[in-house]
Amino acid sequence: MTHKRFVLTFPPELTSEPITYKLIKDFDIMVNILNADISPGKIGHLVLEMSAPGKVLKSGIEYIKGQNVECVPLEKKIFYQADNCIHCGSCTAVCFSGALTMSRATNEMVFNPEKCVVCELCLKACPLRLFSIDIE
Amino acid sequence: MSKRKSIDEINEKIRAGKAVVVTAEEVSAMGKAMSPSEVLDRVDVVTTATFGPMCSSGAFINFGHPTPPIRMEKITLNNVPVFGGIAAVDAYIGATEVANPHDTYGGAHVIEDLIAGKDVTLHATAKGTDCYPGTEVRTVINKEKINEFIMFNPRNAYQNYNVAVNTTKKIKYTYMGTLLPGLGNANYSTSGELSPLLNDPELRTIGLGTRIFLGGTTGYVAWNGTQFNTGKPLNNFGIPVGNAATIAVIGDAKAMNPRFIKAAYFEKYGVTMFVGIGIPIPVLDEDLARRVMIRNSQIETNIIDYGSGGFEILGKTNYKSLFSGEINLNGKKIRTAPLSSLKVAKEIAALLREEILGGRFFLTEPVALFPKTTGLNKLEINI
Repeated sequence: MTHKRFVLTFPPELTSEPITYKLIKDFDIMVNILNADISPGKIGHLVLEMSAPGKVLKSGIEYIKGQNVECVPLEKKIFYQADNCIHCGSCTAVCFSGALTMSRATNEMVFNPEKCVVCELCLKACPLRLFSIDIE
Repeated sequence: MSKRKSIDEINEKIRAGKAVVVTAEEVSAMGKAMSPSEVLDRVDVVTTATFGPMCSSGAFINFGHPTPPIRMEKITLNNVPVFGGIAAVDAYIGATEVANPHDTYGGAHVIEDLIAGKDVTLHATAKGTDCYPGTEVRTVINKEKINEFIMFNPRNAYQNYNVAVNTTKKIKYTYMGTLLPGLGNANYSTSGELSPLLNDPELRTIGLGTRIFLGGTTGYVAWNGTQFNTGKPLNNFGIPVGNAATIAVIGDAKAMNPRFIKAAYFEKYGVTMFVGIGIPIPVLDEDLARRVMIRNSQIETNIIDYGSGGFEILGKTNYKSLFSGEINLNGKKIRTAPLSSLKVAKEIAALLREEILGGRFFLTEPVALFPKTTGLNKLEINI
């Protein structure tokens, strides 16, 4: 079983396509919606965690892309300027998913994109504004 | 009578390359197996440090006189207003100053840019006088072009600080960081057993003129800090519980390093500045040895509700629990997060130790000690 997180970007004309329904029904992929911003007539975004055997997941992603929907692994959408981090820990205060934590061994902030649910709270919590997310 | 050392004796040892210097964390660990008398015998100097957001900070600047001369009145640097209500080409850059209420670039960023050697745009206007006929200048400055650039921070290095939580149902954006609703997190902001004023809680060795590490260079304690309060209750280990003593510090900003002075913006609160401070504590007697041996489990502070507006004290905790990542408040477990960087504070304590061991940094006797009995006035609204 593979678990991966993706950001799906829908063109305005496709938001009526029941893509998540089909991923579940036709591909038997376990889908967990982490964040959604979809309105009729606008570009839409959906952050999904998909769990399925590797081959099934691959065919599911091919199906999504075949629908003219962009499907990008989440970690490629999150930008964190690690070199400028002062490891104050302010971002860890808001990260309830546990993607941002303080290492007790090194006193450094550790970012694990695999656990990120794109709640976007860290964007505002970082006093140095080091996080950005490329979701238009 | 128990043994005593003098600062002169310690400086002689530093000069001879024989001083024993350890960080406050190291001496806390040593203290688990040693008595104060043994620590006094073995250790001469303990280095302490902190690197946290300290709003009451800023820098004086002298721009130099242009031709024709101008008595600058309204002054901006990169569009951020700076205080020009002093002599002709002097100004004070307040760390928290911004051009517009919601700007994320402010005085602290101007200070950091100047320290980093970047160009900054100066704009000044004046009415023009017989002796200063100029009425407007616009030019680009940097730290090489100006005269003095002196950091002077009226209140830094709080001895202890509250833990902030939020009991309301709404997310709160505060100077203590983002507070999640329903006691979703607890934020704290000191370096615990490494923190300077917690290692000499009665300020026996830290006073007017004490030489310190400030922002990457040598600085000095200039006065007691504003809101200096000796009236906070002490716990069983002699540590004030809550915000107590503070120091005002001064140093040459031109010689500072942007790694240890960092501009920051707290959401919906405003601009502030992370300041790196390191203070050496001489181990003069058993009492000071006992003080520097203080451990995180012995340093307590109040848990305060920053959400409801009343700043109600909800409970007490200690830094061992805070550093563990979780505290317990009336049976509820709350995740903790720091706002000050322990990593950079440790780096400063280690750097200061190396400077002392290398014979490049000597300890000072305070010129004057700070008040022993002070409290705070509230602002009376009387018109």
